[in-house]
Parts: sequence; structure tokens; C-alpha cells
Amino acid sequence: MKTINLTESTDWNFIEEVKKESGQDPSLCYQCGNCTAGCPYSNFFDYPVSQVMRLIQTGQKETILTSKAIWLCATCETCTTRCPCEIDVAHIMDVLRIMARRENKVSEKDIKTFYDSFLDSIKKFGRLYEVGTLISYNLRSGHLFTDSDLGPKVLAHNKIHFLPKKIRGSEKVAKIFERYQESLKKHG
Amino acid sequence: MRVGVFICHCGNNIAGTVDVKAVAEAIRKIPGVAYATTYMYTCSEPGQDEIKQAIKDHNLNRIVVAACSPRMHELTFRKTVEKAGLNRYYFEMANIREHISWIGEDKEANTKKAIDVVKMAVAKVMQDRPLYSSSFRINKRVLVIGGGVAGMQAALDCADGGLEVVLVEKSPSIGGMMSRLDKTFPTIDCSICILGPKMVDVAQHDKIKLYAYSEIDEIKGYVGNYQIKIRKKATYVDWTKCTGCGACMEKCPSRNAYDYFNFGVAPTKAINIPFPQAIPKKAKIDPNYCRHFTKGKCGVCAKICPTKAINYEMQDEIVTEEVGAIIVATGYSLLDLEKLPEYGGGRYPDVISGIQYERLLNASGPTAGHILRPSDHIEPKTIVFVSCAGSRDKSIGIPYCSNFCCMYIAKQAILTKDHIPDSQSYVFYMDIRSPGKGYDEFTRRAQEDYGVKYIRGRVSRIYPKGKKMVVKGVDTLLGSQVEIEADLVVLGTAVLSNPDAAHLAEKLHISYDTFGFYVESHPKLRPVETNTSGVFLAGACQGPKDIPASVGQGSAAASKVLALFSKDMLESDPAVAKVDINKCIGCLKCVRTCPFQAIKDKELRDGRIVADVIETVCAGCGVCTSTCPCGAIQLQHFTDNQLLAEVNALCLA
Repeated sequence: MKTINLTESTDWNFIEEVKKESGQDPSLCYQCGNCTAGCPYSNFFDYPVSQVMRLIQTGQKETILTSKAIWLCATCETCTTRCPCEIDVAHIMDVLRIMARRENKVSEKDIKTFYDSFLDSIKKFGRLYEVGTLISYNLRSGHLFTDSDLGPKVLAHNKIHFLPKKIRGSEKVAKIFERYQESLKKHG
Repeated sequence: MRVGVFICHCGNNIAGTVDVKAVAEAIRKIPGVAYATTYMYTCSEPGQDEIKQAIKDHNLNRIVVAACSPRMHELTFRKTVEKAGLNRYYFEMANIREHISWIGEDKEANTKKAIDVVKMAVAKVMQDRPLYSSSFRINKRVLVIGGGVAGMQAALDCADGGLEVVLVEKSPSIGGMMSRLDKTFPTIDCSICILGPKMVDVAQHDKIKLYAYSEIDEIKGYVGNYQIKIRKKATYVDWTKCTGCGACMEKCPSRNAYDYFNFGVAPTKAINIPFPQAIPKKAKIDPNYCRHFTKGKCGVCAKICPTKAINYEMQDEIVTEEVGAIIVATGYSLLDLEKLPEYGGGRYPDVISGIQYERLLNASGPTAGHILRPSDHIEPKTIVFVSCAGSRDKSIGIPYCSNFCCMYIAKQAILTKDHIPDSQSYVFYMDIRSPGKGYDEFTRRAQEDYGVKYIRGRVSRIYPKGKKMVVKGVDTLLGSQVEIEADLVVLGTAVLSNPDAAHLAEKLHISYDTFGFYVESHPKLRPVETNTSGVFLAGACQGPKDIPASVGQGSAAASKVLALFSKDMLESDPAVAKVDINKCIGCLKCVRTCPFQAIKDKELRDGRIVADVIETVCAGCGVCTSTCPCGAIQLQHFTDNQLLAEVNALCLA
């Protein structure tokens, strides 16, 4: 176990940033562990959720932003539901992913790629175009045949379609993305 | 008019953020102010001497002290000016600490505000009139509400001190929560063995009049002279005839009545005596389950009773008692298991509360002291205790610690090992809170000598799997999720105030907090007093507390009553409402709005009807003053003219 020098490694700005961007107060967490107790993905995490919260409290920016846990989180919100201190833990995980992207510290590149493919599809069609997302993900990630074995099975059940289905007002959905990009430019 | 003004530094408390010298400078310029100075600690003895000396030297006849809240030192300074020969109401206190120096850091703004506040006090003191208190006789009897261990202790101490005590208990027996416990921490002594003698003392004391199964209907009056209406609820058994033989309970055919004493661990009979040591040991019918009441026929108990005590026609009876002081010791309630759905509370019979487990451990409980789980009456081998079940959980509105769960869970885990030597207990905890004498050693003993496994973390979910209950939680020290297949789960449910606590508080005119616990007069220095004089608190009605603390408070409240009653007469506060009979038009709106029933109508010699204030009953709240359409009723020391003088001082500045 390595010693963490709290005098040198505590990033006070990071604590403030998380607080500001998430609108949540990490100091409310009293480390009961209920988030970890209910988390369905805790087995795969390098740091269980309660430790992610603790790492925020101690300002361990580098450790959190390069962790796998924040990318393996499925945003099921069990942690948020169970938290006795009413902290929206899942939202904090979201904020941490955004920060990791911004700082180019993404540890799970494939997951990030999947998010990108998913969002591109929403932007383009206003809803999810499964086949397009899959192809885009497989090409971008280089895992060309991921889930290709599932194709015939879901096709047989008429669960996915070869052609995208556009929804009414898809351009309005695209505008949401534009507005977000603009606000990023304006406020950094 | 020669006003003297004393501005206190209060060390750095005031002088740190208020320029006290500048305040004195500004106040000195007000016409009528003959003397203004500052002092390091005005409340100290030399500080008070300086006021007395200045009154003499400068011929002062009105005094203002600008310092802390009048709740701290108003009485101190009133006595000081009285000693110097002035009427004690020729004194005003300007609060420049709690209202100014402690809440702002801007010295310039604070100083300006302090000058305004002192100016207002000077304007008011110039309008003050001398007031004189009168004295009245006190009734040296005391009412104790609640017959748990705190109330019993208070009643016994008062009675031993020579006072007549009226003890009112809402359930059929005294003893409260403690009478349900099996053993007590940290000594593992039998609860009823130490409580029983106290209960007998209460029953046998010739100074204590016990009303069991009774509630407070109405409280009228004021410190020294209260009139209490007590509702003796119908028991359908004539207690003057009942001998407590229990024959009725044995023969009663209605076997499914809810057992309030055992917290529903097992059903009881519709006519029952709650437990063998009950005091009074009398039977009572629960009309919700009795066949005579639900089906209109039965009458078995009436036939079997050897003393013909059963009376199905019994009605509630109201009796009146007169007392001079009241001790409130109404205790607490517990969070309903159903409020914890993630733990399966209320859905799974083998998830029970700590107090229910206590009844399973107890020899006089429904299982005669054998630990048998409710679902199939099999002895559990793996028992999981969950502390903070509801406590310290802001999301369900209970942010506070319930105080004694850590300790009773350790006790129950130890007792479990004694009962079932091949059992294994686990305790999920967030923090072990054991600050009492011998308490921490006790929780260590559970772990070191009894092999109880303590797991630092919360439980997320409890669900059934075959005959087992799966407890899913976390061990935060391991940083990993854990799972236990338990036979029985015991939840340390949160301590709540009584559901009718607010209702009683309104009758008593005392305050309660967000959670329904009664508020003491000062959290440190007046822990058993309330802000209503003559009403005292004891036990968990003021906040969750264990037996030693409850007993301590019971004795403390009793000593307060004994001190109050050590005088024969009490002085009344002259700052009460007063009617100007020349202005009163006799509309009697004030009579109807007075929350203390302190105003009555009075016929003058010319036949005119006017309002009349009973000085000793009036609490000086001022509601009548704002109701009166013609300004005829004025609160002394807070008259319209006095308050307007303050407003003028602020607005014309």
C-alpha cells in the first residue's frame, strides 16, 4: 500500500470543481458504504463507489480521473437511490467522466467510443439507430466482429432494422447538441 | 431624565467586530443621555459595581446595557439597578452580540447597526414606567406525565421530598420501555429485577396517586396553579374489584388481539394483563378484538370473573386534579419496520426490530425466553444485526443518531451467544457510538469474548432465499461487497418522538423541534427546564437517551420542582396585559383570542362590561394587544408608545 502524502497531493480545486459541476456536496458523504453495498458492477470496479467518493473528499484527482470505475459505472442510479445523505452519486460519476474526457485521461477507451457512437446516432436520427451505432463502434474501436454473433438472433425477433427510423423533430434533437457545443465554446 | 449607557466589549466577542468606543461616542450625543461608557466584561462583578457607582456619581435614573441577549443577563442587570435603588424595569438591554457582532464581519456596518440598536434602547428606556410584581400562593402538588423509568424516578423523588404526586400513564401499566427489556447494558443485569422494585415503590407510596390507562385531556392555569383534566379511559373492567387473577385472560376465546406490550411479536387475548409484573396488575379489554364488542355476544370473562369486575358498559371518565408544577416524561416511539422496504421490514416475518428481539429474549415474553424466529419457530443460528436502521438517514427525515442502538445491539449479540452457544452474530455498523462509562469496553467484549463479527458498512438489501434471509451489504474496510445468509435479521430501528408529542406540547405551551422532541430551555445550562415556567422535562421525550440519562433527568426535574416549591409564594411577572377601562368598549375580542384564558369580562358599577386580565395567568404574549380595536389593552413594558418610541428612534435617525 503506498502512502498518500495529503499535504502535497490534495487538489483542493478539484474538490471545488466537482462540487460546482455536479451541484452535489461531496462533504455530505459520511462513508456509510450504502452506494457500494447496492452497486451491481462493484465486482468490476478498481475502486468501489464509496472509495470514489472518498477520493473526491481527499482531492485525489489523478487517481479518480484515470480510474476504470467511473467508466464501468452503468448509471443505474442505485447509489443515488440508496444514499442516506441524498447525494446524487450517479451524477457525480457523470461529471467525473466529462472531466476525464476534457483532460484526456480516459482509461476505458472502448466505453468512451461506444458513448460517442451512441450520441452520434441520436444526433443524426433523433433516436437510436442500433445497426449504425454498432457498425460505427466496431469500426472506431477496431473490434470489427464484436456482438456480430448476436445479429441473426435479434434480427429474427424483429428487434433491429437495417434502415434507420427517423423521428419527427429530429432536427430539434440535433439542435440540443448544437446548443451544448455553443455553450461549451462560450463558457469553456 | 438621566440615562446611563454601558457598552460591553465581551472580550473580543463584541469589540472584535464592533467599534464600541465609537458607539459610546455617538450615544453620548443623544439628549437625555448623561453618561455613556464601555467596559470589558459588564456582567462581571466589577462591571456591575461600575454601574452602581455610576448611578450614584452621575445621578442616573435609567440604565441601558448594550451587550448579549437579554436571555443571558437581563435578570442580572435588573437586580444590579434594583440594588442601586432604581425600579428594575427602568432598565433596557440592547443585544449587540447575537444580533450584530456574531453575525457580521464588516466592522463599519456593525458599528452603525449597533448605534441604531442602542439608540432604540435609549428611546425605550425613557418611556419605561416602574412596575411592581405581586405574589401568589402555590399549590405544592406535582403532575408527572408518563410512567416510564424517567417519570417514575421523578415521581418517587418528589414524593420522597414530601410532595403529593399525580402520576398519569397512558398504557395499562407503568414501567414504560424499560419494562420490556430483557437485560440492560453494560452490566447485563435483568431489567425488570431492577425496575420492579421501583414500580412497587410507586404503587405503594402514600404520596403518589397513580392514574394508569389515562391521558391528559386539558391543562389550564399557570405555574403554581394548574387545573388538569385527566381522561381515565374505559378498561371495561372495574379495577376496584379486579384482583389480577388472570382467569379471564385464560378463558377468553379471542386469541388474536394485537399485543402492544410485546410489539406484536405474537398475538394476545382480547382481555389481558400486559405482563406478570404489571402495576397495577389489572385486566383490560381491547374492544377492537373482544367478541362482545365485535360480534355482540360472548360474555365468557363476565361469567368467569370471581369478583364480577367486568363492565361492558364502562365509559371514559374525566377527573380533575390541581397541581403547581408539571414534569413531562412521555418517552419515545420507534420507527415502523414498514418504513424500511429495502430491508423487507413488515414483509418478511424474520426481519424484526430490536425491541421485538428483546421480547424474544425475555423470559416473560411470548416464547418464554427461547429465541425462536417468528416464521417457523426454529432456533436461528446465524443472526444479523443492522444498526442505524433509519437513524442518521436524511433521506427519510431522520438525520440524528438514536443514541442507544449501538449498545443494545452489542448486548443482544452477547445474549444471543449465551442463549445459543453455536450461533454466529454479525453486526453491520457505520460507527460504534459507546461514550458512556464502561460502554466501549462492553462493545469490545462482544467482539473479543463472544466472537461477534462487526462489519463496518451498510446493508443495501435483504431478501429471502429458501428458508434464509440474504443480507447484502458492504465491508468498507475491505472495500468489498459482502453477503450473509441469515436465519434472522434484527434491525436497530430509529428512535422517534411520540406520535402525539406535538399535541401534548400545545396543551402545555412548550416548544418541540422538527422531530417532535421537546425543547429544553438551554441545551447546556437548563437541560430539564422548558421555556414555560413550572413545566419540566425528563427522559427521551426531550431526545433519544438511555436508562442512566433518563433516570438522571428524572431526578433533576424532581429537584427543580422541589426547589420551586421550597417557597410558599411565587412572584408574578408584572410585564403582563392591562386594560384601560376608560377606553375599553367591552367587545371582548381579547377574551376570545387569549391563548391562556387569562382575560375575563367584568361588570363595572355603572353596569358597563369591560375586559379584565387575571395577572397571574397572563403570559405576556401580547396577542390581545394587537387584537384590541381601540388600544385599550396594553402589554406593560411593551406598550404601543414604548415600541413606537423605538421605531421613531430608528426611522428619524
